[in-house]
Amino acid sequence: MLNYMSANKRETIALSFLIVLFLGYIGTHPSGPSTYVLTIWANQSTILALVAMSQFFAVIVRGLDLSVGSIMALTNCVASYLVIGSGFDIVFGSLVVLLVGCLCGLINGLIIVYGRVQPIVATLATGAVFLGVALLARPTPGGEIDYDFADAMTLDVLGIPTALIIIAVIIGPLWMLLRRTGFGLALYAVGSAEQAAFQSGTPVKKIKVAAYVLAGLFAGLAGSYVGFITTTGDAGIGPNYTLNSIAAVVLGGVALRGGVGTLVGAVIGAFILRTISSLMFFSGIPPLAQPFVEGAILATAIAIGSANILRVKNRLEVFGR
Amino acid sequence: MNDHSQTKNNLDKIMPQKRKINIDAMIPYIGSVIIVLIGATVLPKFLSFDYLLQQFQIASFLGVLTVGAMIVILLGHIDLSVPWTLGGAAIISTAMVGSGNPFLSAMSIPAALGFGLLVGIINGVGVSVFRIPSMVWTLAVNSILLGVAVLNTGGFNPKGEASALMISLATQRTLGIPNALIVWMALCLGAYSLLRRTNFGKYLAAIGYAEKATFLSGVSTGSVVFGAFMIAGMCSALGGILLAGFANQAYQSMGDPYLMPTIAAVVIGGTSILGGRGSLLGTIGGVIFITLLTSVLSVMQITEAWRQITFGLIIVVMLLFQNLRKREV
Repeated sequence: MLNYMSANKRETIALSFLIVLFLGYIGTHPSGPSTYVLTIWANQSTILALVAMSQFFAVIVRGLDLSVGSIMALTNCVASYLVIGSGFDIVFGSLVVLLVGCLCGLINGLIIVYGRVQPIVATLATGAVFLGVALLARPTPGGEIDYDFADAMTLDVLGIPTALIIIAVIIGPLWMLLRRTGFGLALYAVGSAEQAAFQSGTPVKKIKVAAYVLAGLFAGLAGSYVGFITTTGDAGIGPNYTLNSIAAVVLGGVALRGGVGTLVGAVIGAFILRTISSLMFFSGIPPLAQPFVEGAILATAIAIGSANILRVKNRLEVFGR
Repeated sequence: MNDHSQTKNNLDKIMPQKRKINIDAMIPYIGSVIIVLIGATVLPKFLSFDYLLQQFQIASFLGVLTVGAMIVILLGHIDLSVPWTLGGAAIISTAMVGSGNPFLSAMSIPAALGFGLLVGIINGVGVSVFRIPSMVWTLAVNSILLGVAVLNTGGFNPKGEASALMISLATQRTLGIPNALIVWMALCLGAYSLLRRTNFGKYLAAIGYAEKATFLSGVSTGSVVFGAFMIAGMCSALGGILLAGFANQAYQSMGDPYLMPTIAAVVIGGTSILGGRGSLLGTIGGVIFITLLTSVLSVMQITEAWRQITFGLIIVVMLLFQNLRKREV
């Protein structure tokens, strides 16, 4: 166990931080620990966790996806048309929604890999396009998502929030995919040393495109999940999530330079970020001071995470980071 | 001797190109001309001198911001704290003028610039000392600044007004030329000499290109990064002062719509987002292009949705054009 913890130091630190925050949250919440409180907390965190997973796939191949918020908005709007009606309609509609997410990711991947455009600017531009399409679909918030299906996704099963179960169900297979398959290893290889990966015969371009498709898929999941909570389609949900997803993966120990970090870390980072906001809400801090305290906690957490840089003895090591 | 010229050749590749005007920098200008021509078919006054001059005046606000953004991007970093550095500077300057005290009123512009400098120092500490990725650190700084602003203003539009000097800088003209344009061009001239004539400018590009090698050559890379973020902070603050003068007030999240266009303008101008390579001329072109594009799209009275789609598509096409052309060479 100790070995495991020291091997995954970044995740362990992030997890302990999350536990402290969570206890603080439950402790200060006026109605104390209950399934209801947990469910609300888990639902809010799950949206960000799904976007963070999306960002994780882009970051791990040394990229970045600034269009995740827009993909969320687009899939959310599409879901508000399709995820309603009979059982078959709902299943088919959900599949189409996820396909839309994948398609957005594919477009990003093709432009970045084959068009050789830097990920930051490429996704900045495609993000504007996706947002435009979302606005075409839903100029004003509206539409409907099947209430029963939405309830099933956002309430609880035997006292455990469904959101947490969804996260666990997603992480399990992906953990195997990332750690035990050639594809997973190739993702890390491309992110940490593209040249070396290419020379060992990794299909670098295809792997990168696949990473962006996965990013699109998870952004699509996040967009649908927003829909389950609000049961409407709204093209304006995106902007905050894009930047928060980057903050979340970094908090979770994923390195922006690629190749380092785990999916679990990204999820923990997202939960930390969301718990900070929830904590603010019940903390008794004056509402006007909350955004400031929130920002200060975020900055402190990031600075502490990077503080070991001050202990580096050889100045040259610094540049490898 | 041969060695020497070889080194010089390599240096030319690393440094922003001298005297030669590179084609990358010209693309946004060509794009701007095309946009004006398209715009003229919809609205003939697009070709009038006065209308174009007015566009240049509006472009100046974005232009001032991009000078700072470009210097940071040249380093291989990015500054996402632009929105609230801009907003904070606007709030500080208008509040000081609004107090009615003549001394505070006179000090409003220096105070706002000082605020920008302070933000730059905070950014520099995180990026240069703690080596936190600039994208994340400046984002966190931005949210702290947002928090401070909300705390101070109570979430309402802050009271205050712009001083006569700020209004004059932003809206009036000298000898027929908008003052804002003069400010922007003066800033560009300053940045030009900084990038081309000083060691600091050379180190900027060198760090963006190969930080480790630059450090090993004895350059105090940390101070250069610090300096770049300080300049960027002051440019954002200057943008805030001009915008406050233009609107005669400061308002919540006045800087938000400027973040993405700033980055887009720098990149369209041929500056690599990875750092090390870029041109000021191209950045100016990028600003003009983005401003004209926004203007044409709003004149055409199409919906927000189609505006976003066209904006994104045109940027993608321009970037693809730039990069695919390079591959053929």
